[in-house]
Amino acid sequence: MSSGRGVAHATGGNVAEITASSTLAERARRLSPTLLKDLLEKMLLIRRFEEKAAELYALGKIGGFCHLYIGQEAVGVGAISTLGPDDYIFCSYRDHGQALARGLDPGVLMAELCGKVTGCSKGKGGSMHLFDKRLGFYGGHAIVGAHLPLAAGTAFAARYLKEPRVTLCFFGDAAVNIGSFHESLNLAQLWKLPVVFICENNEFGMGTPIEKTAAIQNLHERGGAYNMAHAGADGMDVLAVREVVAEAIERARKDSLPTLIEAQTYRYMGHSMSDPTHGIYRTKAELEEHRKKDPIKRFISALETIGVATQEYVEETDNRIREIVEQAVVFADQSPEPGRDALSADVYLP
Amino acid sequence: MSILQYREALNQAMREEMLRDDRVFLLGEEVGAYNGAYKVSRGLLNEFGPERVLDTPIAELGFTGLAVGAAMAGLRPIVEVMTFNFSILAVDQVVNSAAKMLYMSGGQFGIPMVFRGPGGSAHQLAAQHSQALEAWYCHVPGLKVVMPSTPADAKGLLKSAIRDDNPVVFIESEVLYGLKGEVPEGEYTVPIGVAEIKRPGNDVTIIAHSKMVHVAMEAAKDLEAEGLDAEVIDPRTLRPLDAETLVNSVKKTNRAVIVEEGWPFCGVGAQMVDIIQEQAFDYLDAPILRVTGTDVPTPYNKSLEHLAFPDKQRVVEAVRRATYRN
Ligand SMILES: Cc1ncc(C[n+]2csc(CCOP(=O)(O)OP(=O)(O)O)c2C)c(N)n1
Ligand SMILES: [Mg+2]
Repeated sequence: MSSGRGVAHATGGNVAEITASSTLAERARRLSPTLLKDLLEKMLLIRRFEEKAAELYALGKIGGFCHLYIGQEAVGVGAISTLGPDDYIFCSYRDHGQALARGLDPGVLMAELCGKVTGCSKGKGGSMHLFDKRLGFYGGHAIVGAHLPLAAGTAFAARYLKEPRVTLCFFGDAAVNIGSFHESLNLAQLWKLPVVFICENNEFGMGTPIEKTAAIQNLHERGGAYNMAHAGADGMDVLAVREVVAEAIERARKDSLPTLIEAQTYRYMGHSMSDPTHGIYRTKAELEEHRKKDPIKRFISALETIGVATQEYVEETDNRIREIVEQAVVFADQSPEPGRDALSADVYLP
Repeated sequence: MSILQYREALNQAMREEMLRDDRVFLLGEEVGAYNGAYKVSRGLLNEFGPERVLDTPIAELGFTGLAVGAAMAGLRPIVEVMTFNFSILAVDQVVNSAAKMLYMSGGQFGIPMVFRGPGGSAHQLAAQHSQALEAWYCHVPGLKVVMPSTPADAKGLLKSAIRDDNPVVFIESEVLYGLKGEVPEGEYTVPIGVAEIKRPGNDVTIIAHSKMVHVAMEAAKDLEAEGLDAEVIDPRTLRPLDAETLVNSVKKTNRAVIVEEGWPFCGVGAQMVDIIQEQAFDYLDAPILRVTGTDVPTPYNKSLEHLAFPDKQRVVEAVRRATYRN
């Protein structure tokens, strides 16, 4: 274990320790400007896309349950930046951010949210069920914890077929208390499966703080019960996430071993678009306090410090991304609804 | 033809399909070293090794979900549940993941998986180990449900199930594993979705699946002595159901009795009644009758247990009522 940032077996994951070891700017200096800008642009794209999705939801263009990723961008972007093109990704229903980070076209994503036939799941999955086989995006899944066994399954298949593919599986903090989490961790370690489980601890499962539902504080320590490597990461620091996940991905790819990671993060919006941002379970002040640690602002200021980004660059980029999002809406708006025959299509394969 | 036990026929089907396709693998509790709780997987670990025959922890939800994920990535898993009573632990993965993946992904992810094991009651296994749960699975679009009653069907249908690109719930019968019967030699498959007329007849149609086929056949023999000529049909696949064969038979006999081990309320037979009344209403000369498991959890006591499930006598009596012979 070379630094506090690495994946530890026993303690490892004190988030404060990890980020204190060196500043974000110092760590950014070691990476190429192209990569850094890409990470920033992806996070900005997610932020602007999600803001737009909230608008479209209010207009009734997006229906159902719609869980936004605002505040958590650094986790998806940092983690997915470590993957190769053939790797597998699984998500919970909070999956827009990861899909964009993986390179799903924003128009295709917006079309799916609007239930259009041009969406990535032909308008039949919606916000919670984004799929794109070619991108290795194996779905948003809306039963809490139920996709962890699936992720163990693609990892199993990679090992079985002797393919160097790893699986990255995102889930929320509340999922660590469900049976499928435990069954999956045990199977993954027992069968040495190349999978990285990444828990996005945004402190709440809907309106319930995690302290009220988990009898453990550092959730990644649950990995220890299965003899699995585990670590925490500051989920508001895109590079911290990237480093911790990269090490885990390497362990999966080289040694075919799983890892449990906990990224400490925060969601700014309500649990879903049907919920208030604050009120019953958290105060406005609490929310504002967390917003000060904003992953995008922090990253921008680090990039400005090391001279990779100027204010003008950031503004231009932001404007360009806003335009991309506008175009995504246009694409979704102009896309057709699925025809009536779609109702009964794709229930069975011939 | 060779004479095989039902369990041997299933074993042959798995072995042949594993030889035929490297992507097919078997996982479940005790399937490897122990040769299966009911010895259905005998010898497979030796022949195919631990990479393809995997003993799992007692974690139905986890290993079934793992199989669904493996299927998403191109493998063709056979999941053995020790009995279908424990399949309840995996229902989330079967119903919420396997059955819906194709649909909610807009056609991108089919799940070629077989979810198999014994169902139904055996001998005094009491309430938690004596359930016929096929109706649960039949309810779900995206699943196929297959229930063979003979060694030949066991082999031919299991091979078809393994080759099917959809999730197939394959429910065997705990008490039929030792049943011997003729099984054709060589490459032999039975198509999913095709019923079999086990005994042609003109006076009444008896529809029964899995071990109830044997009860129905015995009843038909007794009825013959009474001068009643029963046609016995084994649907073999419950979903998709071969409605045509059932309906055509009823159009000929004008009467139907449906036998199942499961509970009456919302049972498989209720669905068959619905199909028959809609498609053959004008042909019916009597109400369609059902002989089902009693609407109670299964009792342990031997004579009570006997009362809880259909037997030959109850089928005979139902046929008499359907033909107004009582
Ligand atoms: C098994 C199950 N139970 C309940 C729900 C309803 N539900 C949806 S999300 C959620 C909270 C999950 O919180 P967490 O895992 O922390 O993820 P987050 O929403 O914070 O990303 C609940 C209870 C569900 N989808 N699945
Ligand atoms: Mg949460």
